[in-house]
Amino acid sequence: MRGPEPTIYEISSPGRRGYTLPELDVPESDIPEEFLRDRLLLPEVAEVDLVRHFVRLSQKNFGVDLGFYPLGSCTMKYNPKVNEVAARLPGFTKIHPLQDPATVQGAMQLMYELQTYLAEITGFAATTLQPAAGAHGELTGVLMMRKLIHEGRGEPHRTKVLVPDSAHGTNPATTTMSGLQVVEIPSDKRGNVDLNELKKHLDDTVLGFMLTNPNTLGLFDEHLLELTHLVHEAGGLMYGDGANLNALLGITKPADLGFDVMHINLHKTFSTPHGGGGPGSGPVVCTEELAPYLPGPIVDVEEHDDHVHYIWKMPEHSIGRVKAFWGNFGVMVKAYTYIRMLGAQGLREVAENAVLNANYLQALVKKTYPVPYGFRTCMHEFVAQGKIEGAEDVRALDIAKRLIDYGFHPPTMYFPLIVPEALMIEPTETESKQTLDAFAEALERIAEEARTQPELLKTAPHEAPVRRLDEVRAARYPKLKDVPGME
Amino acid sequence: MTYIPNTDDERAAMLRVIGVDKVEDLFHDVPEAHRFPPLDLPRPLSEAEILAELRDMAEANADLDHVACFLGAGSYHHFVPSVVDMVISRSEFYTAYTPYQPEVSQGVLQALFEYQSMICALTEMDVANSSHYDGATATAEAVIMALNVHRRRRKRVVLSPTVHPMYRETVHTYTQGMGLNIVGEDAPLHDLKALADLIDEETCCIVVQNPDFLGRMFSPKEMKALADAAHAHKALFIVVVDPISLGFMVAPGRYDADIVVGEGQSLGSLPQFGGPYLGIFAFKKEYVRKSSGRLVGETVDAEGKRGYVITLSTREQHIRREKATSNICTNEALVAIAAAVYLAAMGKSGLRRVAELSYHKAHYAAQRIAEIDGFDLLSTWPFFKEFVVRTPAPVQEINDYLLDEWGILGGYDLSRDYPQLENAMLLCVTEMNDREEIDALVDAFKEIANGALDSTVRFYVG
Repeated sequence: MRGPEPTIYEISSPGRRGYTLPELDVPESDIPEEFLRDRLLLPEVAEVDLVRHFVRLSQKNFGVDLGFYPLGSCTMKYNPKVNEVAARLPGFTKIHPLQDPATVQGAMQLMYELQTYLAEITGFAATTLQPAAGAHGELTGVLMMRKLIHEGRGEPHRTKVLVPDSAHGTNPATTTMSGLQVVEIPSDKRGNVDLNELKKHLDDTVLGFMLTNPNTLGLFDEHLLELTHLVHEAGGLMYGDGANLNALLGITKPADLGFDVMHINLHKTFSTPHGGGGPGSGPVVCTEELAPYLPGPIVDVEEHDDHVHYIWKMPEHSIGRVKAFWGNFGVMVKAYTYIRMLGAQGLREVAENAVLNANYLQALVKKTYPVPYGFRTCMHEFVAQGKIEGAEDVRALDIAKRLIDYGFHPPTMYFPLIVPEALMIEPTETESKQTLDAFAEALERIAEEARTQPELLKTAPHEAPVRRLDEVRAARYPKLKDVPGME
Repeated sequence: MTYIPNTDDERAAMLRVIGVDKVEDLFHDVPEAHRFPPLDLPRPLSEAEILAELRDMAEANADLDHVACFLGAGSYHHFVPSVVDMVISRSEFYTAYTPYQPEVSQGVLQALFEYQSMICALTEMDVANSSHYDGATATAEAVIMALNVHRRRRKRVVLSPTVHPMYRETVHTYTQGMGLNIVGEDAPLHDLKALADLIDEETCCIVVQNPDFLGRMFSPKEMKALADAAHAHKALFIVVVDPISLGFMVAPGRYDADIVVGEGQSLGSLPQFGGPYLGIFAFKKEYVRKSSGRLVGETVDAEGKRGYVITLSTREQHIRREKATSNICTNEALVAIAAAVYLAAMGKSGLRRVAELSYHKAHYAAQRIAEIDGFDLLSTWPFFKEFVVRTPAPVQEINDYLLDEWGILGGYDLSRDYPQLENAMLLCVTEMNDREEIDALVDAFKEIANGALDSTVRFYVG
């Protein structure tokens, strides 16, 4: 199964068909000639060709079902199969988003209950399920903050959003998209937000602070309550980036810590899969004060004598809708299923075991690699450095690629930006001690290889469908499609 | 079930290695007063129990296996071949993350490269990205891209009133912090000349939909004239498409569109209550560095073998941070792969046939309905698969009757978005509607013309 797979166009042969369609059972109508295209350069393949092509492609791909995937900040936990069955029930897949609410009460009930559960888990007052991904939720939340401050509180001069230097790139990008300015706040020696630096920026131009907590170093900010208090005192709002919520389920409620609004990545914390890059779902939860600004409609409930009726409701000062329809419903079904199977105790066990696994792995890895904040207890992830004494030429990239040969997906590399040669490792709760031991052992052996045969790392991977790829060439001479007959 | 493999003994051994006594000790950084709050959630269920509950909830919905659907308006019931779900059920695909590590992600990367290629073929555009969230957000991102092409110096956007109302609303939401002047939404419907007249030197782009939200098809000649009007002022010409219509319609690349966006749900995904869907996003190559979203490119490995990587990432948030072209990270990759499988399965003849079947059936339905007293066809020929009918009673009343008496999901109530279209219904017909269903809809409308609503309406009041 080695060697390049031809593209779908390369296996195309004129006249082949991979479909059947019903016969036309009504009279034909004229289609004016001027509307008709003169060519349609789609491939022509038989069903068997098509299936083999995509199955062979799938075999060139690594997923959680194949092995350990410790991609930091991505929460690559095991995805329960019942979720897939649930989301494929015909009563969920074959309903139209614009059907009369009376005909989709089951789907709306599921959404309503999921809104309620997410609010309960995070301690907030209200939820929208509309955003399609984490970054989409960020845009939603920051636009809500902007509208509350600028219009609700009448303070349009507040246009600055403070973002720690350890933040995901989506935070500053979201700020710009919202028409606001980013101010970067450095971290202190213990990996917390530097409060002294923060105080210098807390004036009446501050709209809010975007904080991932635990942060991307895997650390719970030791001054969090003081931080949120300071920001509120200065008239700003606290945005919580929920990418790392897996560490907090049943451990603490972000609303209790002073956050005003946050997004949740259902595809991370609630184990709806990542789909090779999507679809995700990025619900946003918020305080009572921000609730009127939520995008909508959201699901509300009317109590009748003998039954309840779910309705669509547009929040009073809504920022407007952030996408068509109601959100990624199929993903919501999976998250709902997951929450119902785990319950309160199960969710807490998720966070406890995610944190236990991360600390255990940190203890093993720091024997061999520098872990700059390894003097602290981490939460669900930690950041090591791909630096090996006696092998100064070897970089984090080489270690990551060599891990592939040992059957592991590499950790997140070169992020967060404040740690040179970062390897960000998030094991999640669904990995066993054996897996963690084997991963740590592979890292130890790689360190040894780095000293004795560094070429092995420099040329890794050796056991993947392709060798190291030329990314510079891809960017310098972009080839973004291959359609025979098109330029 | 928590899906956690470790036993208590294993946990104890791990705690010893860490050097703490119990798991709770790992949470000392969490403020004590807020540690371990109770969560008020329903009791955990077994797999059998949750499946039974979910089946009850699913069966509480009127699904398209049990009703005839004439509802479209941006979500469409087209046929999905079995191969699509088979491919996206491969867990090598669906349990993978974004392909940051290309050596172990060639499957997703090549599939997305093929998706990009087929979208370029379909739209006749130079470049397609590997997806946005849906048609609405793709439209908003296209407007922002046009702003960036003009370095944010031009703040005027001409937005056609017959772009999907939810897409227009999303454009407003996305750009509310950008100080734009969005004009055109109150222009006369279907009047491209009126829109062209709104383009000026401050205009960064014009956005139109073809076929438009009301089903109307504009000819390549009409569209090219609008493109020329936009380009005369150096404004970008953005076209929202229904990808199924491109089975036979002239592609926007042929009438000089700069950016083409659309909802890709019809390409291999069921309506599933509104998502996950697929934002199609294609454009001319000169704008590639201003574009948003992930791009997959072809390259070679260390041995010279062909391979694929995420490329031109310096536009993206994880590299460029506050200067990125968009904040998008997670997209709709798996839905894009479904679209790639669908387009490959249908091929050039199949997609054309889906478009033709939809067109012929829609026109048949429209002609039959136009013959009924009290029902007026407001759409003019040619339309694609949707058309507007003036109804003799409010659309809600008609739809209640259709569903309860005939098992039919009626059309979209246009009065929600267009005050001038009171008692007007947008009906959609696809290859999934057989003649029997269409004739049943016609018969139901005839009953309404004969006063059927007068006897049933009382029943629904209150």
